[in-house]
Amino acid sequence: MGKRVLVIEDEPNIIEAISFILSRDGWTVDTHSNGHDAVEVVRRKAPDLVILDVMLPGKSGYDILTELRHDPVTQTLPVLMLTARGQIKDRELAERIGASRFMTKPFSNAEVLEVLRELVPQ
Amino acid sequence: MATLNILVAVCLSYVALLFAVAFLAERAALRGRGGWLRSPIVYTLSLSIYCTAWTFYGAVGYAARSGLEYLTIYIGPTLVMIGWWWGLRKMVRIGRTQRITSIADLISSRYGKSNLLAVCVTCVAVIGTTPYIALQLQSVTLSFASFAQSDPQVMQFADSKITALWVAVGLALFTVLFGTRNLDANERHHGVVMAIALEAVVKLFALLAVGVFVVWGVGGGVSQTLARIDASDIGQWQVQGGRWTALIFLSAAAFLTLPRMFQVLVVENEDENHLRTASWAFPTYLMLMSLFVVPIAVMGLELMPEGANPDQFVLTVPLSQGQDGLAMLSFLGGFSSATSMVIVAAIALSTMVSNHVVMPIWLGLTGGGAMISGDVRHVVLLARRLSIAGVLALGYSYYRFSGGGEALAAIGLISFAGVAQFLPALLGGIFWRGATRIGALAGLGVGFSVWVYSLFLPSFGADVFLSTGLMQQGPMGLGWLRPQALFGIAGLDPVVHAVLWSMSLNAGTFILMSLLSFPEPLERLQGAQFVNVFQHSGNPQGWSGGVAQSEDLMVMAQRILGPVEAQSLFQREAEAQGLVGYLPEPTPDFLQTLERELSGSVGAATAHAMVAQIMGRATVSVEDLLAVADETAQMMEYSSQLEVKSTELTRTARQLRAANEKLTQLSVQKDAFLSQISHELRTPMTSIRAFSEILRDADGLSEAELTKYASIIHSEAIRLTRLLDDLLDLSVLENGQVSLNIQRGVLSEVLDHAASATGAESSSLRIIRKRGSEAVQMQTDLDRLSQVFINLIANAQKYCDADRPELTIRVLERDGYLIIDFVDNGTGIPSQAQGLIFEKFSRVSDQKAGGAGLGLAICREIMARLGGAITYLPGQGGAAFRVSLPMKVSLAAQ
Repeated sequence: MGKRVLVIEDEPNIIEAISFILSRDGWTVDTHSNGHDAVEVVRRKAPDLVILDVMLPGKSGYDILTELRHDPVTQTLPVLMLTARGQIKDRELAERIGASRFMTKPFSNAEVLEVLRELVPQ
Repeated sequence: MATLNILVAVCLSYVALLFAVAFLAERAALRGRGGWLRSPIVYTLSLSIYCTAWTFYGAVGYAARSGLEYLTIYIGPTLVMIGWWWGLRKMVRIGRTQRITSIADLISSRYGKSNLLAVCVTCVAVIGTTPYIALQLQSVTLSFASFAQSDPQVMQFADSKITALWVAVGLALFTVLFGTRNLDANERHHGVVMAIALEAVVKLFALLAVGVFVVWGVGGGVSQTLARIDASDIGQWQVQGGRWTALIFLSAAAFLTLPRMFQVLVVENEDENHLRTASWAFPTYLMLMSLFVVPIAVMGLELMPEGANPDQFVLTVPLSQGQDGLAMLSFLGGFSSATSMVIVAAIALSTMVSNHVVMPIWLGLTGGGAMISGDVRHVVLLARRLSIAGVLALGYSYYRFSGGGEALAAIGLISFAGVAQFLPALLGGIFWRGATRIGALAGLGVGFSVWVYSLFLPSFGADVFLSTGLMQQGPMGLGWLRPQALFGIAGLDPVVHAVLWSMSLNAGTFILMSLLSFPEPLERLQGAQFVNVFQHSGNPQGWSGGVAQSEDLMVMAQRILGPVEAQSLFQREAEAQGLVGYLPEPTPDFLQTLERELSGSVGAATAHAMVAQIMGRATVSVEDLLAVADETAQMMEYSSQLEVKSTELTRTARQLRAANEKLTQLSVQKDAFLSQISHELRTPMTSIRAFSEILRDADGLSEAELTKYASIIHSEAIRLTRLLDDLLDLSVLENGQVSLNIQRGVLSEVLDHAASATGAESSSLRIIRKRGSEAVQMQTDLDRLSQVFINLIANAQKYCDADRPELTIRVLERDGYLIIDFVDNGTGIPSQAQGLIFEKFSRVSDQKAGGAGLGLAICREIMARLGGAITYLPGQGGAAFRVSLPMKVSLAAQ
């Protein structure tokens, strides 16, 4: 069994692409597509890593991350933020509230895999 | 001899003529070509409903019985018109500024919009006017009978009860048709007024014709006629000072307080300046009406057999001379007098009954009051129609019950004395700030009771209501309470006696109780408003703004005024406040205006109650009370200057606040714009890049996977293109570089195209259309218009959250604009979001991300290019968009 990753993202095509790439690389992929209960899902599934989109229906990725960082259980959970908003202040905000890594869409598939391996050594 | 048949035929054709005149006048007024309808002459002629059948037939009878005393009935109004026109002007000004619908409305409005008072006035008016209507019915049947007597073969035709019934039914029909077409009494009854003006001419002409015939045709010239008058008893100049004074006073009072006179004098008045003309023209009319009364009476007494009814001389003298044509004309004159009085009286009374009795009861019963569902206008109109029928039915029953035996003049005077009881409350109300509601109620109650006891009940004759014993000894033997000799003062003429006591007790009680009681705030406000009507041009403020929901007010106003009027009123008011859209701030000014508009339809008291229901409570602000307290002109001026300044400041502050709020929101949006555009472009690009890398790098993909990933790339590329197209489209539209493709077409086809382009047939959204109203020829850019329609229908498909979603498309034409409303049955758009939906990238909810949020922004730009507009229409239940387009297309873009 490989390490488990939870992808929180609302665009079906992007979910499909990420799932394909990661599972080929040996990850077990779970997906979730809204912001409302994302924190709860993270707690329940307890993945080794979370890929988190910023613009989600119901609750923004920033809010979700803030909540995760306030919970001792998920305080150190590796989180890769993916966003289509490419401004500098978005990156700054993400780093301030504790994102492990931050990537702008569109991303290179290889780069994503590389970052994931760095965050969760196999 | 077929006189009677011809008479019936002439009569019917005359009625048909009246219908035609009323119809044409209504139509001319509707098309805005009724300038001539609003001339001072028409106004003066309409005042002539003062001259009823009582004057037409009765004056001659009066003269034959009591000599020159009949003149008192003309002298009273003449004195009022000439000597008191400034007072009339004040009444008319109050009537116009307060949108008064009847005398009951005026009195109730003055005394703190008290509905109790309005109900009392209405009851007295109905009781006082019913005998008068009976009198008109009687005069018409009597004149029929006069013809029948001269035509023995058709005696059986002249069944007076049947005649009276037909006349009553006919009049009810006419009044319902032309008296209740418009709901708002302030919009006036042009048709009715015109018909009445015509009748005024006919009756004057008829009476003059009979007079000329009597003097020159029978009497042998002026000098001989004068000699005959001298020889008869009528010529004796016997003036009973007391009776003359009482009668002149009574007729002057009645001229002001009769509901029908108030209707033509104040409610139907178009222009204060008409009073100037009427102040000399109306007395002249009265003089002409009275010119030949004495000669006709003298010749009648000479020519007609002993015991002939002198009330019918105007008719029987020409008949006895074989002048059938002249008699016919005379009959039409009398017929005109009777019908015009009944029509106006019925309109005036029905307005009072429906506004002050039926509507409050109905609103009370339906519980919800202002927020009831359905169109209140139908209820009001129905109430008015039923009231008209009711009033005429009462008049007819009175005629049947009383047997129609009495001399005409007696009933007339009793009626005058009854309505004259309004006078203290009326005059006190417009000249004395200290007058109070309690005083008005008490005075009216006392005066009315005295009138009933000392004049009205005795008029039925002994032993009908009051026994002979009671009449002679007083109730329970109390001599000082004898109906016709109150407080032991016997020997007075019954009318003089009743007028003296009822009026003095009425006025005395009114003044005393006013001094003893303390007015409520609203009374004081209204009092200041009425008494100082020429100084104030503003209105009393009864509402504290802020708590009201403008949208609720709009829902209510639409039901009473009708959607078109209500929407344009709200839009106008919003514009005056410097706002865009349909929802003005509920400022006291706006609420006052709204209440006044509503009162034109349902009366002041009801309108006040309805607004109160939405506002929660009526409060009087400190400023208002100060305005009342400031007695001196200087203080008044100072405070009004302050008021102007403070109003200006408040408005500026409100506008600045609104502008600031919008700027802040826009700046947030502007900031979000780059993020948004980045997000919208990057999202499809992400899928494209990821899958193209997969296709390039991954080995061993199945055929199905290859096809699937390629088609994802394809569809995301299309999405990207569409987004760029939209952005470019919007940018082109915003910069005004668009070239329009103007074509001719029919609206229904454009809508058809839009409906099918959105696949509306197969979706769950039901579109409700009225194809009849859509057959409108247009000349505009049909493709662009269709693009707007597609957007609106698609939005309804996406966002309407009803269980059975429906979209209603309504088409109407107004003020040169074609208006197309798209109203769905969902929850609509929350009011804080309504201001932003037409901005770029704004989505009402982030839940249902359907598009990029550019659709409505594009719609707005397109409509601006086409010379029209698209707005959000609040208060419709669901989300509602209004597309308006100029009918005559002006090529807005080059």
